Amino acid sequence: MTTTLSPPVRLLEPEQGNKLSWAVADIVTMAKRNILAVMRTPEALFFTTLQPIMFTLLFTYVFGGAIHVPGGHYVDFLMPGIFVQTVIFGAMASSSGLAEDLHKGIIERFRALPMSRSAVLAGRTVSDLVRNVFVVALITAVGYAVGFRIGTNFALFLCGVLLILFFAYSLSWGFAYIGLSAPNAETAQVMVFPLIFPLLFASSAFVPVRSMPGWLQAFAYHQPVTQVVNAARSLMVGGVLQDSGAVWASLLWCGGLLVVLAPIAVRKYRKVA
Amino acid sequence: MMAYSSQSALAVEAHDLVKVFPRGNVRALDGVSLEVEAGTVLGLLGPNGAGKTTAVRILSTILGPDSGHASVLGHDVVTEANTVRRIIGLAGQYAAVDENLTGRENIHMVARLSHLSRPVAARRANELLEEFGLTNAGDRVLKTYSGGMRRRLDLAAALVANPPVLFLDEPTTGLDPQSRQGLWTSIEDLVREGTTVLLTTQYLEEADRLARDIVVIDHGRVIAQGTPAQLKADLGTSVVSVTLGAFDTVARAAELLAPLSEKAPLVENLIVELTVNDGPKAGADVLRTLDAAEIPIAGLALREPSLDDVFLTLTGHKTTIEEGEHDEEGPVKPKRGFGRGRKSESTDGKDAA
Repeated sequence: MTTTLSPPVRLLEPEQGNKLSWAVADIVTMAKRNILAVMRTPEALFFTTLQPIMFTLLFTYVFGGAIHVPGGHYVDFLMPGIFVQTVIFGAMASSSGLAEDLHKGIIERFRALPMSRSAVLAGRTVSDLVRNVFVVALITAVGYAVGFRIGTNFALFLCGVLLILFFAYSLSWGFAYIGLSAPNAETAQVMVFPLIFPLLFASSAFVPVRSMPGWLQAFAYHQPVTQVVNAARSLMVGGVLQDSGAVWASLLWCGGLLVVLAPIAVRKYRKVA
Repeated sequence: MMAYSSQSALAVEAHDLVKVFPRGNVRALDGVSLEVEAGTVLGLLGPNGAGKTTAVRILSTILGPDSGHASVLGHDVVTEANTVRRIIGLAGQYAAVDENLTGRENIHMVARLSHLSRPVAARRANELLEEFGLTNAGDRVLKTYSGGMRRRLDLAAALVANPPVLFLDEPTTGLDPQSRQGLWTSIEDLVREGTTVLLTTQYLEEADRLARDIVVIDHGRVIAQGTPAQLKADLGTSVVSVTLGAFDTVARAAELLAPLSEKAPLVENLIVELTVNDGPKAGADVLRTLDAAEIPIAGLALREPSLDDVFLTLTGHKTTIEEGEHDEEGPVKPKRGFGRGRKSESTDGKDAA
């Protein structure tokens, strides 16, 4: 049959745009949706921010007295480490968030929409970044309350914050990959922990690396968490903690991780979803 | 540039679709072809695991076929997937809506992801919430919604861009009768406005009510197609149903009527049913036989076979297979018991004795 089809229902035309502007709009829509979900469960937000606060108090008042650090002020040494720990934990949400989307059927809907393919992942990592900004601001205030002081200047301090947020954002893509590989959201959460635990604690985040046994020092010094923590200390505290080599090394780590992890996560997404 | 320029009156075409899932080596689709004429409803019918959902997922670009091809309004679902996504709506049995958002936010999100402008998205959210009776619940988070409300919202979200083609994967599975009726009415309204619908269902009643054409698939293959009337006519039988006046006459009536049909009569309370080839003639024979034996009757009816009967004949089993209904030796017993099931035989034996 070759009869001409009359318009059955008036299909609504999309707004003016091109592939790129639509992709950006899709990422914004997805990030907003994720942030709304976080705000709808304030209990979860409360407890995820409570944890770094407790770590701050624990290390400052319980372990701090037994740990000897260069410069002598443990709280100044500690806070950059707490910041890095906090943003890593924040980035871990990418794994459980994606696993949940994947197994709740909503991704089926997304896949049948003309939206950008990678906006689901990018929206997730961006919303976790936004949440991290909020948590870092809060932890800065807590740090001030327990005696932390910026040793450089505010501009350098902000550079330090941006650096650790960049690090967390890059890691988010790795966590996203794990979330897409996990059978469900709960498993995704427990899957990332064994990966993060050694990186976080066998690092300079809480204690000086040279207090560790020699074999561990080799690992601890060269892994990215130490480099990022040292860079943050250099930018936020400076003085004896000045380490510009770590700043460049950590920038390389952040860029390198992003370049490697993002495509891996996107490929996984195309395969599983 | 799209949709309307199509020169074919077919809105959906699928040719020889094959999909094998490597895990378990399941041939979910084994050469399925189907066509949906623009502005009509095609009911894709089949038991659980027949391949209905796989077919819908391929047609809605979620899944790529291993071989074969399909198009929606002339656009290939693989090579022109993004165009297809603009002109289709998809709603399913697992209402794909966001639990953490309100009804309005859900529709707004889908509208924005369909690249509608913010004002249009807001307007559509209002319109659709009202259309589906969700205006009052529109600003409540979905966690407070009932199953029926979620399904309505799911369908509403699928309609956000006014798509000319709609895929509904078991839209009423698990719903209470009232919600089901409501969704049916909504779907009928859409079709009246010109929407083409491909609907999968396990409910024959649903297909009978909504679909102009039916494709029956089982084990990934098309085993029958036609209009509901054609499928029933192809069966070539009708059913004579006699309601007797008194219980003590039932057994004797069944005995007397048995020779009129090749199959044993089905007895249920005061009703004796016969499956026959020539309904009117058999009806007259029934009256003559019972009159001669002076057995009074309370009613006589002649009915077409139901789609249930059609399905049973085609597949050897009912549409919905539930645990415990499996019969190792043979087909599952049909609801109205014309078949060769174990249970109906024992019933016949007892009543005819």
